[in-house]
Amino acid sequence: MNTMVPAVNVEALKDTTLLNMGIFALFVAVTMVIVFRASRNNKTAADYYAAGRSFTGSQNGTAIAGDYLSAASFLGITGAIAINGYDGFLYSIGFLVAWLVALLLVAELLRNTGKFTMADVLSFRLRQRPVRIAAALSTLAVCFFYLLAQMAGAGSLISLLLGISDWGGQALVIIVVGALMIMYVLIGGMKGTTWVQIIKAILLIAGAAVMTAMVLAVYGFNVSSLLGSAAEAANNPAVLNPGLQYGKTETSKLDFMSLGLALVLGTAALPHVLMRFYTVPTAKEARKSVVWAIWLIGLFYLFTLVLGYGAAALVGAETIKSAPGGVNSAAPLLAFHLGGPLLLGFISAVAFATILAVVAGLTITAAASFAHDIYANVISKGKADADTEVKVARRTVVVIGVLAILGGIFANGQNVAFLVALAFAVAASANLPTIVYSLFWRKFTTQGAVWSMYGGLAAAILLITFSPVVSGAKTSMIPGANFALFPLSNPGIVSIPLAFFLGWLGTVLDKRREDPVKQAEMEVRSLTGVGAEKAVDH
Amino acid sequence: MGNEAQPQDATASVDFQEVQQTERFKTLRKRHRSFVFPMAVVFLLWYFAYVLLAAYAVDFMSTKVWGNINVGLILGLLQFVTTFGITAWYVSYSNRKLDPIAAEIRNEIEGHEFDKDGNVISGVKK
Repeated sequence: MNTMVPAVNVEALKDTTLLNMGIFALFVAVTMVIVFRASRNNKTAADYYAAGRSFTGSQNGTAIAGDYLSAASFLGITGAIAINGYDGFLYSIGFLVAWLVALLLVAELLRNTGKFTMADVLSFRLRQRPVRIAAALSTLAVCFFYLLAQMAGAGSLISLLLGISDWGGQALVIIVVGALMIMYVLIGGMKGTTWVQIIKAILLIAGAAVMTAMVLAVYGFNVSSLLGSAAEAANNPAVLNPGLQYGKTETSKLDFMSLGLALVLGTAALPHVLMRFYTVPTAKEARKSVVWAIWLIGLFYLFTLVLGYGAAALVGAETIKSAPGGVNSAAPLLAFHLGGPLLLGFISAVAFATILAVVAGLTITAAASFAHDIYANVISKGKADADTEVKVARRTVVVIGVLAILGGIFANGQNVAFLVALAFAVAASANLPTIVYSLFWRKFTTQGAVWSMYGGLAAAILLITFSPVVSGAKTSMIPGANFALFPLSNPGIVSIPLAFFLGWLGTVLDKRREDPVKQAEMEVRSLTGVGAEKAVDH
Repeated sequence: MGNEAQPQDATASVDFQEVQQTERFKTLRKRHRSFVFPMAVVFLLWYFAYVLLAAYAVDFMSTKVWGNINVGLILGLLQFVTTFGITAWYVSYSNRKLDPIAAEIRNEIEGHEFDKDGNVISGVKK
């Protein structure tokens, strides 16, 4: 097989814009019909926030994969492997192993004790107000950082896939994507959002599987010769070894440790992931969801390994770097090389659908947290009826949608990669210690929860502010200034242990004791599922 | 139809502390924790050992084993294998050791065997 293929003609990509838009429009049309049909039964709060708890484990597992495999995983990891080789793969392993934390420690117990949000579980046996407010604030913070990163990423994706390079045109597309997302969430609630994620996950994984098979076929299904060809094309045998990206200095190695910690402990504490466990009828189905998600996500990351090295071998790192969209263009360029405009159009449409689905999941989580935790339980002290609560949630969706559109337009072109790292670090430091303590540590108290959540949140945000991602380096947000007192770009290695420590310290110094009756109730409920919220019967 | 018509709190009268003290519940809790805690420690240690090797033992990880396939790639793929393996093991353990006993306790509670007022209906209170 001739491995010295002609370079992909980047200009030819622009001719496929109409095709890309056509396939994307088809996706929107099909999902809209499904969302409308699904929304007919949206009556109660449980319908709106938790899809009536009526999804099966396999459906929900597919939706989790759809929610989790964002454009960053697909385009970002494929590109990272194509350019930096092995280190891109290292990244995806953290994303996968993290699911064991969710499977073993969190998913089922959370499903058994909560109703709609993460705060339901955290405030179960502690004092409602302070814990609920803290949990809601950290939920909103994580969702906001993640949302902004997705919307800003949409800008660069547009320039690549639709050939729109002027700022106004990109802003218009961001507005269209945001408006579509608001419609999905407003009309379809959790049910509509879940279907969008399921369809997107199937398209994404199927598309990646087809491309993987095509790449492997080029090399006679011999992985070794694929790797050899990638190393040859890169003119650097080190692409097969670790260290190209993270091994440069001692600081970058430490930074990778920090990132690894945040990834592995952050996933099981991402509020939009946790909320998905409420869409199934029982804890057993929640377990099945995670099992499905682990298989699908693992399979997908194995595909990206082949796709990344395939892009390095068949497209070439230089072509990828010089294409509009840079590193992110590896997967689309490979699709064009393998299957021409049609496959490129399909992959591009899937990438758009990905942003849409992830943003929708984040928005409904943030809206549920505001309406259920802050409005219903704190502002109106549990006196609001469910209809009013859902009304508030729907209004919040519009507000968050508009904020996401504005944020996406103004953050367009900014270096926002740190926002995703920040979302994981905040989730791992502000949420995970309190989740683990409240599920497993009998003596845990309100003061411990509040110290751990605010301490973890503040530490993660402060350390990022004073890190090289914000100032002091060429690639910083503010390259002109230098107040980078903290050397690492990911705060996890400091903020996560600190939050665990604060949770312990706050508890042992707390003079108040929590109600042992509530503790017994939570423990029995979490392990047996007695009294757990059941599926809505239509 | 379709409203949250289920009883607002079917477990309001349950004495959860009493349930917590039963031998059967203690067995369930012990079985759950004696599986998930050691397993969590094992996979986290294995993951961090792998990350440390990738960062600080580049030469070892770059050792070619078969064709262009090196130790790093094999260990990385083993992370996938262990993740899938632990998942399958936990599912089978839950099905055999956790779900049946959890269902028994749940049925007894829902059958009012642990109600606070002490009116033992089925007569097998503890």
